[in-house]
Amino acid sequence: MLKILKFTLYDLLRSRWTIAYFLLYLICAGSLLYFSADPGKAVISLMNILLILCPLVSIMFGVLYFYSSRDFVELLLAQPLPRNSIFTGQYLGVTLSLVTGLSLGLGIPFLFYGIFVSPELMNFGTLLLSGIMLTFIFTGIAFLIAIKNENRIRGFGLALIVWLFMGIIYDGLILIILLIFEDYPLENFVLGMTLFNPVDLSRILLILQLDISALLGFSGAVFKKLFGSSLGMLLVTVLSILWVLVPYLFLRRSASRKDF
Amino acid sequence: MIRITNLQKSFGPLHVLRGIDMTISRGGIFAILGPNGSGKTTLIKSILGMVIPDQGNLVVNGESVSGKSAYRAEIAYLPQIARFPENLRVCELISLVKSIRKEPADYEKELLDAFELQAVLSQKLRNLSGGTRQKVNILLSLMFECPLLILDEPTVGLDPLAMIRLKEIILRRKAAGTTILLTTHIMGLAEALADEVVFLLDGRIYFQGSLDDMIRQSGENDLEHAIARILERRKDSNSASAPGKSFLNKMIAAF
Repeated sequence: MLKILKFTLYDLLRSRWTIAYFLLYLICAGSLLYFSADPGKAVISLMNILLILCPLVSIMFGVLYFYSSRDFVELLLAQPLPRNSIFTGQYLGVTLSLVTGLSLGLGIPFLFYGIFVSPELMNFGTLLLSGIMLTFIFTGIAFLIAIKNENRIRGFGLALIVWLFMGIIYDGLILIILLIFEDYPLENFVLGMTLFNPVDLSRILLILQLDISALLGFSGAVFKKLFGSSLGMLLVTVLSILWVLVPYLFLRRSASRKDF
Repeated sequence: MIRITNLQKSFGPLHVLRGIDMTISRGGIFAILGPNGSGKTTLIKSILGMVIPDQGNLVVNGESVSGKSAYRAEIAYLPQIARFPENLRVCELISLVKSIRKEPADYEKELLDAFELQAVLSQKLRNLSGGTRQKVNILLSLMFECPLLILDEPTVGLDPLAMIRLKEIILRRKAAGTTILLTTHIMGLAEALADEVVFLLDGRIYFQGSLDDMIRQSGENDLEHAIARILERRKDSNSASAPGKSFLNKMIAAF
């Protein structure tokens, strides 16, 4: 597994896509820091970019990589390697290459700014951690979609729909429910709904970390009450791990049954 | 070495393998032939564990292969399509396969020389031509000493010189006692190399035996015409067994 991971990483770290992804974050983080001269504001702006970009790039790049390495996988499958180690190695290779692009792209400008001696260190750390978590989750979903769909157009379409649903439509649905049932106390319901969407989970975590939960009104107070407690943080950690593990376990199951 | 019993595989409504029984117990070159869609690649991929059979048993070197991977250390496979990670260099890909196999690549030097690959070792795979990629593909699969070689259309994209060298290498491996399974659409290659022919038709073994026997039974002079004759016979018997259809054809022709 480690050998596949190592060579996938070798391959992808030289890929134009990974370099472009790194440059995009580098330019965004660099220019936001330069123009705002306030790392707190830069983190908030980057949060909005990251919550859209990270799932989109991870899911599309994951699907793209899986389909383009289809013939190479056949060569690997003919080697004395268990299927699980091939796909786990590839999944981790793709994820880590994206995580490297993200971490360096965001990290270099903040490092030059002197983030380690800044009070914004924790906020920046939460931003980076959310990005890493989203990359793991959405690359796993991408591999699962690609392994289940031989038809590439369908695979890409499905990946786009999943991103659209989790990134945009899901929030819209919550908003509609809130509007329809505005006479009822829905805070706990919304809280529950949030836990089932990794993008929302990251968003709420970041908003609370950045201490701008007042923008969320009464719901913000409810969120803060839960996520501010150790039980809430434990719940978030467990759910995040589940969001990474569940697609990965389904991927393993599909890989062991698939004909190549 | 390989024992296949009642191997069946369907892809959706398509019944690709319909009960294959086959035993290969000695060294030599076995050409698996058949028209497009006859199940050649599915059969090979079943042996390699890439395709999971619906029914039947597949034993390689006395061990049932279902759900296992270690047995593939005894098999070298040359896939039909040579597409590799674009940003890796040729030497990196070679070291990946070597590190997976964990065995000495006895034939690496011989193959590098035969296909003049020394010059491209440091090049990225995306910069190679189709023919050179196929040579790298051959190197990756043939550089180890394996008792069983499976070659799926090995000559695709090769120039005449490389093709001659590949034939020589295959014959040398056969002389060393290796069992070689080969699929090809180039009948000349099968005639030049094969000791035995396994002819698949509609997911079943239509013929298994020596090349001469197959040609003699068909009443033709060479393998190409022998296969053409078999396919024509099948076409005739299909239309005879579907009278309604042939009646319809006659009606259409009459109009």
